Amino acid sequence: MKRVMQLLLPLVGVGLAVAGWWMASLAVPDLPSPARTWEESKIYVLEPFVKRGETDQGIALLAFYSLTRVAQGFLLGAVIGTPIGFLFGVSPMITRMFDPLMQVLRPISPLAWLPLGLVLFQKSEPAALFAIAVCSVWPTIINTMVGVRAIPQDYWNVAKVLRLSRTTTFLKIIVPATLPYVFTGYRLSLGIAWLVIVASEMLTGTPGVGGFLWQEYNSLIYAHILLAIITIGVIGFALDRLMGLAEAKLRAA
Amino acid sequence: MAFIEVAGVSKQFGGRLVLRDVALTVDRGAFVSIVGPMGSGKSTLLSIIAGLTSADAGSVRVDGALVTGVRRNAAFVFQNYSLLPWFSALENVRLAVAAANPSLSRERQVARATQALEQVGLGNALARRPGQLSGGMRQRVAIARAFATDPDVLFLDEPFGALDALTRETLQQDLVRLCSSVERPVTTVMISNSVEEAILLSDWIVPLLPGPPATLGAPIPVDLSRPRSAAQLAHEEAAARVRAHVIATLTAALGTRARRTSAKTDPEAMTAITLAAEESR
Repeated sequence: MKRVMQLLLPLVGVGLAVAGWWMASLAVPDLPSPARTWEESKIYVLEPFVKRGETDQGIALLAFYSLTRVAQGFLLGAVIGTPIGFLFGVSPMITRMFDPLMQVLRPISPLAWLPLGLVLFQKSEPAALFAIAVCSVWPTIINTMVGVRAIPQDYWNVAKVLRLSRTTTFLKIIVPATLPYVFTGYRLSLGIAWLVIVASEMLTGTPGVGGFLWQEYNSLIYAHILLAIITIGVIGFALDRLMGLAEAKLRAA
Repeated sequence: MAFIEVAGVSKQFGGRLVLRDVALTVDRGAFVSIVGPMGSGKSTLLSIIAGLTSADAGSVRVDGALVTGVRRNAAFVFQNYSLLPWFSALENVRLAVAAANPSLSRERQVARATQALEQVGLGNALARRPGQLSGGMRQRVAIARAFATDPDVLFLDEPFGALDALTRETLQQDLVRLCSSVERPVTTVMISNSVEEAILLSDWIVPLLPGPPATLGAPIPVDLSRPRSAAQLAHEEAAARVRAHVIATLTAALGTRARRTSAKTDPEAMTAITLAAEESR
């Protein structure tokens, strides 16, 4: 019974939301109803890998472009952010030096970074990667730093008592002790990267879910906007779950 | 010849003097227990002797050399095991072997670590991680790790404090066996709040007279034949005398502290102690 409820209750929630959407579509003439949305966009869902034009492609292809870009930007952020996080964690002096700067840079919107990226790189693709990396790097830095600081005194004692070298201490104690925190950082960073990609595609008009959304808005095909929004949400959820699984596995180990 | 020489050691934390003018001499190969109530500064003293913490005043010499950090041939066993949970028992011990003998091949390191774990009866638990081991088994791993590097000095910080009574006794016997079986003599300093444990294991018991600031009392010899067992010690008259002596010293110190109105009138002057382990053997 409990199991049935666990499956049933989320479905009820979704049902209520769709009902709300349907009622809203009655009040706002431009908003397509759930049924019309499905009718007008099912070709994208049922033929997800078909390429009809530059932006007129199956939803899976569009998602693939966006995900590739996100993966590149996120990896760039992780490769830069993880060592910085470790450095901040072990050195209070360096943290003090850069903390105010970090606090100022962190709240800047991706929409503000993107034009700077365009100025720096002249092209939309590297500008998008730049924006993703800059915006998504912070949770990785902060969580890694917190993870290093949270290492129990016991483990530092082991390093001292066994007279481990700096390298050995780093590889055998600091990294394994910090790994669960690092992955929490990665999960949060990936979430941000996914938010940024949509915004950057909308601004630069590159093919992807965000680019598709903006183009369909300009073409007045509102049903496709809703399709894009739902796709963005589902993929974001899936990414978070995947990273969550990796994180849970690390914590259990 | 004195192997460990502590002279005039003082330490304060946040303006509060925790240890004052502590002096201690331990002969090579002796097993000395520093016994005192919890929170009296025992751990701090051991950390200073071991080179984990620096003293505010005074000096510690081991084998003639001034201690400025953790010594090469020192080994530790902590109350809370201090094993790395992401490594197997074998890997935890091998890490110590590798750090002590970097030139040793990996196979030799593994062989040495395996041997050390077999000596504490964990030959069948090599691949298990600390999380899969009981408290007693974890402490065995920690003891194996300590002995795997062939230390000449061993520091034990309440090593059996977290264990149940039965496990504690078997581990104590294992420790005695390991201390006596190694080729070169191991000089051991243990801190404990158990007088029984100290009598069972030690050549000398040094009462830590609680302060603050804490000072050391005169060392009490444990002139009892070895091997000893807890059951035997419970009936032996000589053991009862040592027990009474230690407890009387500690309770007298507690009484003094209660009567004392000001911390500056400390009756205990600096106590220099020479411990002759050979005499007691």
